Amino acid sequence: MKNKNSQGAQECPSRCPDNSAFKQQKLPAWKPKLAAPTVLSSFFTIGLFCLLMGICLILYINYSDICLNCSKLRENSSNWDKECNCTVHFTLQENMLGNVFMYYRLQNFYQNHRRYVLSRSDAQLLGQDVNVSIQNSSCEPFTTYPNGTPVAPCGAIANSMFNDSIQLFYYLNSSTAIEVPLLKSGNSWWSDKNVKFRNPTSYNLSSAFAGTTRPPYWQKPAYLLDEEDERNNGYINDDFIIWMRVSAFPTFRNLYRRLSHTNQFADGLPAGNYTFHITYNFPVTKFKGQKQVVLSTITWSGGSNLFLGIAYTVSGAVIVLAGFIITAIHLKLRKKKTYFQR
Amino acid sequence: MPLSGFKFGKKKLKEEERYLQANNRDFNLEFEYANNSIKTSKYNFFTFLPLNLFEQFQRIANAYFLFLLILQLIPQVSSLSWFTTVVPLVLVLAVSGVKDAIDDFNRHKSDNHVNNRPVQVLINGRLKDDKWMNIQVGDIIKLENNNFVTADLLLLSSSEPHSLTYIETAELDGETNLKVKQALTVTAELGENLQKLTDFNGEVKCEAPNNKLDKFTGTLTLRGEKFALDNEKMLLRGCTIRNTEWCFGLVIYAGPDTKLMQNCGKTTFKRTSIDRLMNVLVLVIFAFLALMCFILAIGNGIWEHDKGYYFQVYLPWAVGVNSAAYSGFLMFWSYVIILNTVVPISLYVSVEIIRLGNSFYIDWDRKMYYPLNDTPAQARTTTLNEELGQIKYIFSDKTGTLTQNIMAFNKCSINGKSYGDVYDMAGQRTEITEHTEKVDFSYNRLADPKFVFYDHSLVEAVKLDDAATHGFFRLLSLCHTVMPEEKKEGNLVYQAQSPDEGALVTAARNFGFVFRARTPETITVVEMGETKVYELLAILDFNNVRKRMSVIVRSPEGDLTLYCKGADTIVYELLDSSCGSLKEETMEHLNEFAGEGLRTLVVAYKNLQEDYFQEWHKRHHEASTALDGREEKLSELYEEIEKDLMLLGATAIEDKLQDGVPQTIETLTKAHIKIWVLTGDKQETAVNIGYSCNMLHDDMEDVFIIEGNTSEEVLDELRTARKKMNPDSFLDSDDIIKFENPSTKSRILPEEQANGVYGLVINGHSLAYALEGNLELELVRTACLCKVVICCRVTPLQKAQVVELVKKYKKAVTLAIGDGANDVSMIKTAHIGVGISGQEGMQAVLSSDFSFAQFRYLQRLLLVHGRWSYIRMCKFLRYFFYKNFAFTLVHFWYGFFSGFSAQTVYDQWFITLYNLVYTSLPVLGMSLFDQDVDDRWSMQFPHLYEPGQQNLYFNKIEFVKCVLHGIYSSLILFFIPYGAMYDTVRSDGKAIADYQSFALMAQTCLLIVVSVQIGLDTAYWTAVNQFFIWGSLSVYFAIIFTMYSDGMYLIFTASFPFIGTARNTLSQPNVWLVIFLSIILCVLPVVGGRFLKSQLMPTISDKVLRKIRAAKKQPPPPLPKTRLRRTSTRRSGYAFSHQHGFGALIMSGRNMRPKLPFTTTGMFSPNSEKNKHK
Repeated sequence: MKNKNSQGAQECPSRCPDNSAFKQQKLPAWKPKLAAPTVLSSFFTIGLFCLLMGICLILYINYSDICLNCSKLRENSSNWDKECNCTVHFTLQENMLGNVFMYYRLQNFYQNHRRYVLSRSDAQLLGQDVNVSIQNSSCEPFTTYPNGTPVAPCGAIANSMFNDSIQLFYYLNSSTAIEVPLLKSGNSWWSDKNVKFRNPTSYNLSSAFAGTTRPPYWQKPAYLLDEEDERNNGYINDDFIIWMRVSAFPTFRNLYRRLSHTNQFADGLPAGNYTFHITYNFPVTKFKGQKQVVLSTITWSGGSNLFLGIAYTVSGAVIVLAGFIITAIHLKLRKKKTYFQR
Repeated sequence: MPLSGFKFGKKKLKEEERYLQANNRDFNLEFEYANNSIKTSKYNFFTFLPLNLFEQFQRIANAYFLFLLILQLIPQVSSLSWFTTVVPLVLVLAVSGVKDAIDDFNRHKSDNHVNNRPVQVLINGRLKDDKWMNIQVGDIIKLENNNFVTADLLLLSSSEPHSLTYIETAELDGETNLKVKQALTVTAELGENLQKLTDFNGEVKCEAPNNKLDKFTGTLTLRGEKFALDNEKMLLRGCTIRNTEWCFGLVIYAGPDTKLMQNCGKTTFKRTSIDRLMNVLVLVIFAFLALMCFILAIGNGIWEHDKGYYFQVYLPWAVGVNSAAYSGFLMFWSYVIILNTVVPISLYVSVEIIRLGNSFYIDWDRKMYYPLNDTPAQARTTTLNEELGQIKYIFSDKTGTLTQNIMAFNKCSINGKSYGDVYDMAGQRTEITEHTEKVDFSYNRLADPKFVFYDHSLVEAVKLDDAATHGFFRLLSLCHTVMPEEKKEGNLVYQAQSPDEGALVTAARNFGFVFRARTPETITVVEMGETKVYELLAILDFNNVRKRMSVIVRSPEGDLTLYCKGADTIVYELLDSSCGSLKEETMEHLNEFAGEGLRTLVVAYKNLQEDYFQEWHKRHHEASTALDGREEKLSELYEEIEKDLMLLGATAIEDKLQDGVPQTIETLTKAHIKIWVLTGDKQETAVNIGYSCNMLHDDMEDVFIIEGNTSEEVLDELRTARKKMNPDSFLDSDDIIKFENPSTKSRILPEEQANGVYGLVINGHSLAYALEGNLELELVRTACLCKVVICCRVTPLQKAQVVELVKKYKKAVTLAIGDGANDVSMIKTAHIGVGISGQEGMQAVLSSDFSFAQFRYLQRLLLVHGRWSYIRMCKFLRYFFYKNFAFTLVHFWYGFFSGFSAQTVYDQWFITLYNLVYTSLPVLGMSLFDQDVDDRWSMQFPHLYEPGQQNLYFNKIEFVKCVLHGIYSSLILFFIPYGAMYDTVRSDGKAIADYQSFALMAQTCLLIVVSVQIGLDTAYWTAVNQFFIWGSLSVYFAIIFTMYSDGMYLIFTASFPFIGTARNTLSQPNVWLVIFLSIILCVLPVVGGRFLKSQLMPTISDKVLRKIRAAKKQPPPPLPKTRLRRTSTRRSGYAFSHQHGFGALIMSGRNMRPKLPFTTTGMFSPNSEKNKHK
């Protein structure tokens, strides 16, 4: 053994480890400690910040009060072809200033169900070859008709698209009503409209959809979704795009129309009497759902949700309170400690 | 030949007997004996992949992921894409595979190194250089001085007289003293004659390969005559040839059949307690997972029944699903897939990486590097690090571990005058330091330059021709069994049987009485430059009963003298009544020496009358040739002549402790580590060392000595001891006896507290009783009450039994430290084995888990590396379980809002990358760099070690806390975004409550929260930590922006459906408000809780940390050095090896050469010189 050692020593003069900070575990380091000043000051700063934030949020959400429960619209009709209209009257007590948005709101509609979420073909919606893209999708059972004709767009999401049409009328006086001008495009994400959704290319839209049929629940094929606007038709129809962006929760609202600021609506919706004219197509009673129409203005922080404001206020209050308690405990203990030392 | 080999190969199942013929390869090949190549590697190039994969899938975690993968391939169940499981699985398999491959490659390398060592083999009448691996059974090979023995050989002949061969068996059994092997006379005749050797065709019949190192039986048949073979004629692989120019041997066992390889055995696979806990926790997590899935499956059944059934208008049930119950059943498995991340596959890999990293730190530590023999510390097992932070019991060997096994002649008392202390001008005794002037021995040409002595007055006395002093040293130079070796003129080397003897002879040599040579009849001594040849008439050898040895010599002047040295208690009985006052003075000095922990011997002489001696000598000759009762007759004769001795003085030898041993033991004791010394040495020596290294001290209430000779006596002694230490505990002893029946296999004993500090010394034979069935419990209870336990005269097996005993009854982590082969069993048994490298053989090191050169490095290994490893591992586990629970449980809550449809909250890519990319490096960084206090403070405050022993940082309760913390965080992480996003739109009226935005928001919240949490857990922010934490967050954002980009979508439409989500969502102020609120709500309670805990219920480490912070201003003072001086008197160990002496061998002259190069004897061989220079 000795022999071997001495040979080894000749080969490499020393087996002494390097004296590097890394190997000796002496890397320079910042050693933060949970000391009283840091803890307490962070509690108070954060608590106060939260309180402030909460108050701001609550103040900024002013009103978004117009909510119509459409229970009246319920119908026990299972007849898809039958067109059905209804009207809802309501009165605005105050002006709704600024941007006004019209939403439809669904309850108990499980757009976030796993199989529902998967039931689409992104390739198809990107305008790629229908037959190929359908093959690789999980659109079942809304992939093809029994006779083999592919569905465009395929899948449960597209098939269940919200297809009520809602119009809003404003009563200038008790007898004359004018239709409130509403914008139907520009309501979706830019990336969806311009990247994620594309119509199949052909000389015109109807020929692009040749060889496919509409989803079973639809009343008209995709290339007729908006006959007035070429840039809002087919897959790139805003209503369709918005519907295809599935919601995270079973209760959700989707943007339907925006107020066009023209004429007397330049500043928003004036106070007065209004009527919704609704073409009822979308059945919700079957799954015990509800649908609502919502008119809303928006603040900088987004929608009409008080949650964040309240959460911030409550958290802020609790944190500040906790800060006081901790301070008290700390001071009490410190006194005791100094006492011990003597 | 291959044909016949094949024929036998099938039949050869178990070898009953070995039969071989020398120089007949064809014949021997028929038996298919293994050749001399060894193979410790597991795989080769082709078998690596299948074998390694097979092994890896035997691990539960990997098999579980394979199962998941199969589940995911079932379309009805699959809730996640296959890549979420495959990517981590492949990565994990690859990392483990690479590690195994490297290990195996290293084994191949070391195999190759050994297999390719050169050796000379006799083939066709000529010596041929060949490689070790080509040696076959039945070959004759030639070995030279300092060669390693190639295989297990039958010694045929050697260069030495009587064909003796000296070997060192350090690698085999750890003993460094030389052993003698002797060939049969019939083979010794072969000598160096190659022709004769080639013609040698002896046939050997012997036992099949086995692992008994000390036993061999066989017969050699030569020319029809049979000769018995035993172990005395065997050279075993692993030994080294010493002092022998050359020797020839016949290969009996080769390669894997050799006793060394047979002894290697299968190393038991050690696991740490955290490993075992982890396995339990993984099972608990499985149960938890099953419970969650069950709840969700029930939920799904109800939902499908209540709502899903009606929702079929828009979402028909999947093909084949016809009832809500069946859907629930499928959903159970879908949720198993989704929630699988609670059992994180990367856990095991990360744990391995952390341990490996922390092992490297041990290898790299300069403070554990011993420059004198160039030995760095080494972590030989890389899977036990955190256990180092939990040690409660240390079992230590004595010789070579606590002591250097170097004896130094330290003091002496000659004719009533004590020498060895140094006095200053004022006559005060002073400490001996490095600067104390050493005695200059340059006047003596033959002096040993390594010998150090400080007291100048002794040299003066020698120079003044003081008769007593001369007599004293003359005795030391004559009365011993040391063999001299003089390879070069004037360069004397002593081969001593025990280091004590060597020290005494060396001392005499330096003071001018140089023992130069010996023959069976003479001893040549150079006395003050004048060569004198004494006639050696008799050696009255040492044994355990006599505790002394004597020689009878005739001086050149013709005077007959008996010189005797021995243990004081014995020799004092034999002294002549005339030396009364000298006796007392010497006794005083003896007490003083003993008090300092020195090993003492008393020396005396007696002048003999010629006629009396002649008569005695005759009787002695008769007795030594007597056939029966030889031993008794001899000892009677010895008694007769060894009386009325004249006292000369006493010697004091220091059994040198290794540097820093007392301080280390003190520090370890402060860390509440109990130290047990297990030694094969005598009780006196062991106790003595116990005192000198501060384990036993006079402040102790009592030191119990257990030396009963029957089991009743032992029981009685143990009980008395325990009664004294803890009177209350005795009452429940009846109760204890009950569970000693074998039905209850093992029971963990509760900790008991003694009412003071006690020590326990137990003897080997008493230990044998105490280790028997019904006494072991008594032993454990008593021994564990004591602060220090010393077991002396224990066998290697008993060492292991003691360790096993503590392992069995105490829930404690044990560490065994030793340096010799006799410690191997204990090292293998203990949870952690530590080998002292660079002293005795390599066997202890080879079977150890950690090795270093000095005992004092143990405190650094435990208090610094062990503690850090433990803390790091615990922090890692706590964080790891937390982050996975927080991550996974969000899915659980989301189930209640998504119809229990196994919808994931996060993007699938996030699920894939979360553990592997986004959160792996920060936690690894923490587990590799974190330190709560630096090394100096951990040594300064050994109390910091205690939480580890009590397993406070990670246990089942801590785990539950982590899980609860994870559940809390997951609640926040789900419900804050939920509340904020519920029924909400963006500031421009567009969507934000959609699934994809919610997923992005939830995962961003989660990732930032866990990053902040790791920041909070990190106590030591190095640049690397900063880089990992910030880097991981940046990588996350870089990856999501890439994956959600237009380009990725257009190329891989199906894989990245989240296009545009990042830029649309993360640009919203309220999204960031949600993230901020989630972080605050997740982290602030933790901050507050930790702060309050450290204030209200400070742990030991909190208190120490506070103290450290207070003392931070000034650097820590150096460890206090306590000089050990005991006032009490204690009979110290006498300086003899306990083996029977070499006396007989010397007197027979068997080990002497007829022709001697310089003087009269010495093992000079030119070849050995040559080898040295090679």
